[in-house]
Amino acid sequence: MVFENAPGILSHAAIAGKKEADGPLGTDFDQTYDDTALGTASWEKAEAELQKEAVGLALDKGGLKADSVDVIFAGDLLNQCISSTFGLRDFGIPFLGQYGACSTMAQTLLLAGLVVDCGAAQLAAAVTSSHFCSAERQFRLPLEYGAQRTPTAQWTATASGCAIVGFGGKVKLQHALVGKISDLGIKDAANMGAAMAPSAAESLAAYFEDTGTRPVDFDAVFTGDLGSVGSELLRKLLSEENIDLERKHKDCGLMIYDRTEQDVHAGGSGCGCSASVLCGHILKNMESGNYKNILFAATGALMSPTSQQQGESIPGIAHVVHLVREQ
Amino acid sequence: MKSISKQQYDEMVKQASPGSPVLKNCVLAFLFGGFLCLLGQILCNLYQDMGMELKNARAAVSLTLITIAAILTILKVYDKIAKHAGAGMLVPITGFANSMVACGIEFKSEGYVAGEGAKLFTIAGPVLVYGISASVIYGIIIYVIKLFAG
Repeated sequence: MVFENAPGILSHAAIAGKKEADGPLGTDFDQTYDDTALGTASWEKAEAELQKEAVGLALDKGGLKADSVDVIFAGDLLNQCISSTFGLRDFGIPFLGQYGACSTMAQTLLLAGLVVDCGAAQLAAAVTSSHFCSAERQFRLPLEYGAQRTPTAQWTATASGCAIVGFGGKVKLQHALVGKISDLGIKDAANMGAAMAPSAAESLAAYFEDTGTRPVDFDAVFTGDLGSVGSELLRKLLSEENIDLERKHKDCGLMIYDRTEQDVHAGGSGCGCSASVLCGHILKNMESGNYKNILFAATGALMSPTSQQQGESIPGIAHVVHLVREQ
Repeated sequence: MKSISKQQYDEMVKQASPGSPVLKNCVLAFLFGGFLCLLGQILCNLYQDMGMELKNARAAVSLTLITIAAILTILKVYDKIAKHAGAGMLVPITGFANSMVACGIEFKSEGYVAGEGAKLFTIAGPVLVYGISASVIYGIIIYVIKLFAG
């Protein structure tokens, strides 16, 4: 889809936890927390706080009031998206909950762009979050359980990101592509990168074909959280289509942590991973002119613990947003 | 986009995915597991020297190892050791204790009944179900054999 009226990102905020603050992008987050519980009584409440902080800070930075936002698109990994609901409960902004797993940031951002571009809203917000502890609780094993993680496993980021879209701002949305569900039969939940790479390849290949562009036309092509294994598979899959990503591809999951120092195995993951990297590092660098023309392709693994236990494979999805720095 | 078959992709994934260091894991499991067994034997001898009968000493050893595993889990140290020890700590009784205590800690936020009470055996449950069921079946088999053996 083409954003004919060039909606822009008026303000943005990225919130993260201790591990992320200790990582290579530590200084790009607007706010970080040493206390993983953010002073709350449960991991789920902590994640809700992350979203609340992200939206509050994005509003403050843009000099905007909550009641001026016409709609907020929000989602997270938890059952019934409770981090979003409870985190945003008090803002009084018309709310549309979203589920795209780790692709939620791209999903919410493109929807915010869409409603502003077509004139249905003047201001629309996009927010998402993830929390290592609440994700482990829901999808994997208790935190203190002595299980070994495989080399392909990824670390769910404790982070959130919010972008407020309207007319104005230095960074504009130019195109977006809504991905299709893609499933090449990967069943290993400890290898999410492999499960999501096919959808990233399909969406990016479709984007390049639809717009008649190639990776060299952009300053960078960001994926959300393919990690080391998924990134390698993405490059292989695209090279089968004669698309060479090599020098342009960056993965938020590989940027957010230092894999040699931080024991995150294949890299970071979670909705908050791509959200906090976009709403922190990437948008800051776009506003300062370091990146002028990028693609943001967040990927999601659309499975649940139940589907896993029933022996199902893991379908993936990837949405692409084209962002440009106004000259 | 060209369609790639699931088998072709599976091959690609196998090549791109680093495998677990099996040899290193086996050696560490052997060392840690062996150490636990050694510790158990030392404790058993100690308890016997203190006057316990062998049967009771063995029960006391199990209790001691369970207590150590529980305390290490609460101190958030167990998983840091188990990361390296792997099966060496998972398979012995320490793994069972850790699985229960870890669940107990994890689900406290949902209260004592629906949280801790209900979820305490989330990981250990199948061990109980299939372990006890297997012993019932073996018991029946032995009984039938004895009937025929006279």
